[in-house]
Amino acid sequence: MKEYFALFRIRFINGLQYRAAALAGLATQFAWGFMEILAFGAFYRANPAAFPMEFSHFVSYIWIQQAFLHLFGPYGGNPDAVESIVSGNIAYDLARPMSIYNRWFAENIAGRIARTALRCLPVLVVAFLLPAPFKMTLPPSLFQLAMSAISIPLGLLVVVSYCQLDNISTFYTMSRQNAIFVVAADFFAGGYIPLPFFPEPLRKIVELTPFAAMQNMPLRIYSGDIAGMDAVKAVALQVFWCATMLLAGKLLMRHSLKRVVAQGG
Amino acid sequence: MKLYLKYFAINLKSQMQYKATFLLNIFARIVLAFATVAGVWFMFLRFNEVEGFTLPQVLLCTAVTTMSFALSETFARGFDIFPRLLGNGQFDRILVRPRGVIFQVLASQMEFARLGILVQAVFVFCYAIPNSGVHWTWDKVLTLVLMVACGAAVFFSLFIVYAAFAFFTTEGLEFMNILTHGGREFGRYPYAIYGNGVLRFLTFVVPLALFQYYPLLYLLEKERSVLYMFTPLIALLFLLPAYGFFRLGLRRFKSTGS
Repeated sequence: MKEYFALFRIRFINGLQYRAAALAGLATQFAWGFMEILAFGAFYRANPAAFPMEFSHFVSYIWIQQAFLHLFGPYGGNPDAVESIVSGNIAYDLARPMSIYNRWFAENIAGRIARTALRCLPVLVVAFLLPAPFKMTLPPSLFQLAMSAISIPLGLLVVVSYCQLDNISTFYTMSRQNAIFVVAADFFAGGYIPLPFFPEPLRKIVELTPFAAMQNMPLRIYSGDIAGMDAVKAVALQVFWCATMLLAGKLLMRHSLKRVVAQGG
Repeated sequence: MKLYLKYFAINLKSQMQYKATFLLNIFARIVLAFATVAGVWFMFLRFNEVEGFTLPQVLLCTAVTTMSFALSETFARGFDIFPRLLGNGQFDRILVRPRGVIFQVLASQMEFARLGILVQAVFVFCYAIPNSGVHWTWDKVLTLVLMVACGAAVFFSLFIVYAAFAFFTTEGLEFMNILTHGGREFGRYPYAIYGNGVLRFLTFVVPLALFQYYPLLYLLEKERSVLYMFTPLIALLFLLPAYGFFRLGLRRFKSTGS
């Protein structure tokens, strides 16, 4: 356990180094958030009754999405992990007395938390200070706040265990291009448009998938869009998917390591 | 021009060496592009129109923007990865060769997999062109061609500006992404739906709306003045400051020494 914590610390400190990049990133995230709110605002004006969320819920959704972009984004997991499989350097990792799965897991989480730590506070503070239609609001009750506090780390675990599956698939495909994994996760987790905007039969199906257990749930629980018992159910689904994908990842990893071929050169 | 075609052939051949990767790459681009279209489509299943535009009319915008972006991204790839060229010293090699700098950066990198997005654009055009309610005449067709061509030029200028910033910072600047990738992503709707402030910015500062929103009004006969047909040509003026900025950066360029 200690060695994984050490890896976590190395990655975390490493991630904190890029402060200028974080600053430039902040500007982008603000602009992005504003544009999303303006676009959906135009649809809201066209037909408020057809808008499936309360507008203030939607605004909170967007700002937390921007603040936690790097926590929940299904991309940029472990580029060096994939690289080591393709280049054959994985042989060194296999010689080390630690689990590769756990190691990637620790590194991935550390990188995400470090990048988020640099960016989330300024986004949230400014979002709370903005004038009316853009202003971010507090959750409607303490219960919602508490549930989202549980849901956020769970969402992170689901994303990371999903990225692990993506990494492990490289053993089989030997390709650096796993963009399908990323786009599917981003789209069905509500990265393009929030899940309430999906057409009806599709929304019901997607809400049961692991994708919905990613950013979709913490964001909608915080804003109050998923409230009361539904929030409890949502968190239970997150726990289920987290456990399932961790298990699947561990099993797949064992299977792939049995037949692993270290690429030469 | 002959030299460029030679570079073109070399780039194409080298990327064709890894056919599986190339196809996967293209496939990934297509999926990515359809995610954007699905997002627009889902919105219109719920709302019939936005700011007076229907789904096919909005998709016309989506296709124009993605097509011009794909074209410029394919051919201006060298400027997109320019910070890397500066960082690893490749740019120094470019400087000592007896050909134009911009030409060489342009010719050294082409990413044909990005053309996967064109597949999406063509599909969307096939749906949007007959359904948008546009009465197609020769001038409307010309307008559409101008929109795509000049749009590619505007995105190209933005990539040059992005590259020019790297002369000052060596790092790539993420905030430029809001104009390049953001311009594509938000260009899925007519830029006017973002309100007057944004529209004015995208008209007078970074002329993205000049090749998308204003000529669209002409296509839909919401504006009949010929001026609206030729606004994409005005957007071409943006190449000048972009080029000037690049020259400025080039003049104070110091090698990174690696």
